[in-house]
Amino acid sequence: MSNTVFAPWDDPSERPLIKFQNVTKRFGTFTAIDDLTVEIFEREFFALLGPSGCGKTTLMRMLAGFETPTEGAIDLAGQNIAMVPPNLRSVNMMFQSYALFPHLSIWDNIAFGLRRERMPKDQINERVSEMLRLTHLEKFARRKPHQISGGQRQRVALARSLAKAPKLLLLDEPLGALDKKLRQETQFELMDIQEKTGTTFVIVTHDQEEAMTVASRVAVMDHGKIIQIATPDKIYEEPNSVYVADFIGDVNIIPGTATPSGDDTFAIQWSEETAPLTAKSAIPFALDETCHLAIRPEKVAITADKPDDATNAVQGKILDIAYLGNSSTYHVELTNGAVIKAQTANTRRISRRAFTWEDTVWLSWTATAGVLLAS
Amino acid sequence: MQRFFLVFIPYIWLVALFLIPFAMVLKIALSDIAIAIPPYVPKFDWAEGIRAFLAQLDLENFIWLTQDDLYWKAYISSLRIAVFSTLCTLLIGYPIAYAMARAPSEWRPTLMMLVILPFWTSFLIRVYAWMGILSNEGILNQFLLWTGVISDPLVILNTNTAVYIGIVYTYLPFMILPIYSALERLDTSLIEAAEDLGCSRISAFWLVTIPLSKTGIIAGSFLVFIPTLGEFVIPSLLGGSDTLMIGKVLWEEFFSNRDWPVASAVAVILLLLLVVPIVLFQRNQQKQQEAEQ
Ligand SMILES: Nc1ncnc2c1ncn2[C@@H]1O[C@H](COP(=O)(O)OP(=O)(O)OP(=O)(O)O)[C@@H](O)[C@H]1O
Ligand SMILES: [Mg+2]
Repeated sequence: MSNTVFAPWDDPSERPLIKFQNVTKRFGTFTAIDDLTVEIFEREFFALLGPSGCGKTTLMRMLAGFETPTEGAIDLAGQNIAMVPPNLRSVNMMFQSYALFPHLSIWDNIAFGLRRERMPKDQINERVSEMLRLTHLEKFARRKPHQISGGQRQRVALARSLAKAPKLLLLDEPLGALDKKLRQETQFELMDIQEKTGTTFVIVTHDQEEAMTVASRVAVMDHGKIIQIATPDKIYEEPNSVYVADFIGDVNIIPGTATPSGDDTFAIQWSEETAPLTAKSAIPFALDETCHLAIRPEKVAITADKPDDATNAVQGKILDIAYLGNSSTYHVELTNGAVIKAQTANTRRISRRAFTWEDTVWLSWTATAGVLLAS
Repeated sequence: MQRFFLVFIPYIWLVALFLIPFAMVLKIALSDIAIAIPPYVPKFDWAEGIRAFLAQLDLENFIWLTQDDLYWKAYISSLRIAVFSTLCTLLIGYPIAYAMARAPSEWRPTLMMLVILPFWTSFLIRVYAWMGILSNEGILNQFLLWTGVISDPLVILNTNTAVYIGIVYTYLPFMILPIYSALERLDTSLIEAAEDLGCSRISAFWLVTIPLSKTGIIAGSFLVFIPTLGEFVIPSLLGGSDTLMIGKVLWEEFFSNRDWPVASAVAVILLLLLVVPIVLFQRNQQKQQEAEQ
């Protein structure tokens, strides 16, 4: 195995598998997809993240062939697919509503696509059994869709779309109805399948942890536009906007005005009563330009006494403690009324917790802990 | 007490409007013809007692039905006409129902209205109107002669063709409505899923749309078949002398021959013949309800 990182998007010689070129989709006067351009490469695990109604399903449906772009072009493997009907695209889609055939058994649902290919019977049997095993559905093979639970139905839909082993798989919220354990298991199965078959996945999810786990790149959408496309760690560590920072994970957003203080460093004036904060940023800010400092709670340290060497330190009172099992999030109200969240790992039993409600504490973070964002 | 009423009211209904009349018809079927008013014997007489009364009833009329081949020919012919016209109605009704279900949703109530509209005029008037259309000097022939498609008028009225036209026309809404309601409920994403898995438009129709509208097809077919089997008005008004249907035979026995016992026997057999499709129809409805739950 080579140790080269999988990053075809950084390689200008790579040709994308899917290319959206200024695609706009309107339903009547409503714009669902707004002048969107994106490239997805072969063997990618591409995750679409965004609030409900932002156009994720519409994007998928255009790839599967159920909607045609109002403007722009979609290329699949270098060819415009506008005129190719859905049944002739080597694309399979798992529907958000599952769309299981109610008159067919689970077995027949999964075999449906294979039968259309006129695959020999024994091969169909083998393939369906494999899919049933993969999704832990062996026991339900003879049942009809209305005789199984919601999570089981979701797995049938997943198995049905996987069965044909297409070049491109579109999964619209494939794991939402599964419990956490099964979801993680299935996530690893999907990654495994992808490793083995080299299928390209486009997956819609509302679960950012899931996107972080499985995706090679994540696209954050809003109102039919892609706000940022990046690898999961970049999306988390270096969001390009307040919207993305806020959408992915927990974050403290501190608005203020920037004052350059040399060497990519800025002083952020954010409140009358407190000293300016210091942050480093690769993106330049002009004097007095409004900016937002985004810091993840886990990058904020919480201590009883003021740390001597901290770049940024503020004092406050604990307002609330959210106990999350392995970690706790402290909501600390500062003297100027702002509330900042700090997260610490719970390495001790809860009864031996160092801080409790109403305690006065110090919060501190380094100059590189947060990202400075334009508004 | 409330439950008692809920259960018994339908039964009282059934007894009063079906079982009692049926018992009366059955009794006449087992009686003998007589020159009297009403034209059969025996009549129930309290003085003689129930035993003597029952002793006079016999199966003579039913035996007669098997001996004269007019009757079973009429049954077979009715069956054939009913099956064939049900098929025609299905072939015409399905595309209409399909088009209605695929029409923009704001049009659907209007289309539905158009299907039901004919019920607002009398059935008899509509059949008479068909006589006006189909007769030798009728609108259809005049039109065809005028366009020059034909040089001699087509003979349609008083043939089986006219009967089929009349039946298909009359019963079409009964076919369209159940199929429409099945197709309207059909989730279009199922068709998309079928296409996504490699079906062409046509095979998606055969593999998904047809199976999922099956209950509608069956319900519609029975709703047409059952009344058509005993149909009397359409064959007597539009049909010819060679149109043999059991409803017509029954009418003639009853009113022309005044042979009430034989007419009643014909009716009883017809009813027994209809029990089979009615039971099947009920079964289909039940299955559909279960599937919906
Ligand atoms: N056929 C349609 N006609 C009109 N509007 C539509 C149609 N399909 C989708 N829309 C609109 O387009 C927008 C995007 O819909 P889409 O289904 O892509 O959202 P989504 O991102 O998948 O949301 P969710 O996360 O809730 O599934 C929505 O506002 C929706 O109302
Ligand atoms: Mg969606």
